[in-house]
Amino acid sequence: MPRATFIDHAGESRTVEGAEGENLMRVAVLNDVPGIDADCGGECACATCHVFVDDAWLDKCGEPTELETSMLSFAATAQPNSRLACQIILTSALDGIVVETPVAQH
Amino acid sequence: MDPFHNPFIAEHAERARTIPLEEFSPANPKYMEMDVWRPYFSRLREEAPLHYCEDRIIGPYWSLTRYKDIMATEVNTKVFSSSSTFGGITLMDQREELPMFIAMDQPKHDEQRKVVQPIVSPQNLENMEKLIRQRTQRVLDALPRNETFNWVEKVSIDLTNMMLATLFDFPFDDRALLTYWSDSATANTLGGGHVDSEETRERILAECLAYFTRLWNERVNAEPGSDLVSMLAHGPATRNMSPREYLGNLVLLIVGGNDTTRNSMTGGVCFLNQNPDEYARLRANPALVEPMVSEIIRYQTPLAYMRRTALEDFEMHGQTIRKGDKLAMWYVSGNRDSAAIDNPDQFIIDRARPRQHLSFGFGIHRCVGNRLAELQLRILWEEILQRFSKVEVVGPPKRVFSAFIRGYTELPVRVIP
Ligand code: HEM
Ligand code: FES
Repeated sequence: MPRATFIDHAGESRTVEGAEGENLMRVAVLNDVPGIDADCGGECACATCHVFVDDAWLDKCGEPTELETSMLSFAATAQPNSRLACQIILTSALDGIVVETPVAQH
Repeated sequence: MDPFHNPFIAEHAERARTIPLEEFSPANPKYMEMDVWRPYFSRLREEAPLHYCEDRIIGPYWSLTRYKDIMATEVNTKVFSSSSTFGGITLMDQREELPMFIAMDQPKHDEQRKVVQPIVSPQNLENMEKLIRQRTQRVLDALPRNETFNWVEKVSIDLTNMMLATLFDFPFDDRALLTYWSDSATANTLGGGHVDSEETRERILAECLAYFTRLWNERVNAEPGSDLVSMLAHGPATRNMSPREYLGNLVLLIVGGNDTTRNSMTGGVCFLNQNPDEYARLRANPALVEPMVSEIIRYQTPLAYMRRTALEDFEMHGQTIRKGDKLAMWYVSGNRDSAAIDNPDQFIIDRARPRQHLSFGFGIHRCVGNRLAELQLRILWEEILQRFSKVEVVGPPKRVFSAFIRGYTELPVRVIP
């Protein structure tokens, strides 16, 4: 199974496995990774699964939809490498992906 | 006597079960005032998840009552508009259009929202926490002991009103005006209150605009500050707004931050009194305050619905919503949908994913103030638990006459040290 690493705001790192085809938000939630709220349950409708994708992986995640771009544009801490974890599908091409979580999810 | 005994519920449960669906009018404000809405919405969820009603006063409208359908509609902004050009976010079409960004579509909505969004940045919330706590402590410490008083007035209104004054950097001694304007903006003219007509409402809102125009003029020429008026006066997407649009956005921020949090502060006291076992569990484990706050907001659902207007024909549940039709997304019903939430009619303070509720809406209009509201409620309950063994409800709550605002005007309580 592909692996994903989540680094929290304090710098602590957690590496977990996820099923191929599962989205990165669910992978975090199923493994009790803190720092992801996911209020909408993966509908791209809350922006509380906000992560910063490590530059080496950003391109491999594909393009965000219009809705994702809008939702991210309201996030206080958004950066050019911001994505919504529920919109990133874990595949073997993303095995080893590294993302950081923000100070808080809004 | 049980202060929550509702003499009307049995009759309405029977009525909701037996009358033809065509006779349902979900937006009848009496259902909320009398707290008899539940059986109507549960039948709609089961039998008519997309329901059409010809209402004499508000005109024909559709109702969506299931969680999933509401979520799908929230994100479908290409078809379902919030714009005040088509009537905005409440079922009653406004005679005088009042533009505000909650009632705008993209791209203008996004530009204006971004101007005020920093007021609730994680950093700003952290800065505000200490002030909110001090005020909450002061309000609770000043409450009369062993004496009946109105929780709505002495706690909920006072706390939300002070919060608003801070967000606007509003002259503190005049802050009661904010509550007055908020109540005037939302009052149902048929409710027997001080707003008896749209003319009266417009006159009161003109006073609000005049007051805030003075604040704008002071701040537009000063260094940009971190309050909402200064943000609007300096924001690239808002500094050239018309006075009418300034008023609209003020009303949005005043009402958004006022009624909703206020009624959650009162609702929580009701729910814990109705569920003494949950109250006991909370006292035994104050760490449950955090998930409880989200449960209070779900259970209260301070805004019962948001309205959308269809920009094109749309098929759903075998029916066609026509271009121009209006549609209510009933959050209050979606929050009781057992397909999305386990035991939805139960008040459970430690749900596994307590923030999965519709009370803040979803999509691009999702509540700006959601984390601020949660913060205010968390602090309130932390401080209550520090002081009182119980906030006891000693008389029946009085509820607001409105299908939109779900709230209370009165809750007689005693605090027990
Ligand atoms: C428990 C308290 C609250 C509840 C239940 C609540 C509920 C809502 C709902 C349902 C919406 C519309 C969502 C939609 O159309 O999809 C909304 C939007 C909004 N709320 Fe709140 N709200 C609360 C507290 C606050 C506070 C404290 C503020 C002020 C800082 C605030 C400011 C706003 C604003 C500005 C919008 C418009 C957002 C937009 O259109 O982009 N709300 N709120
Ligand atoms: S979980 Fe809500 S946007 Fe990802």
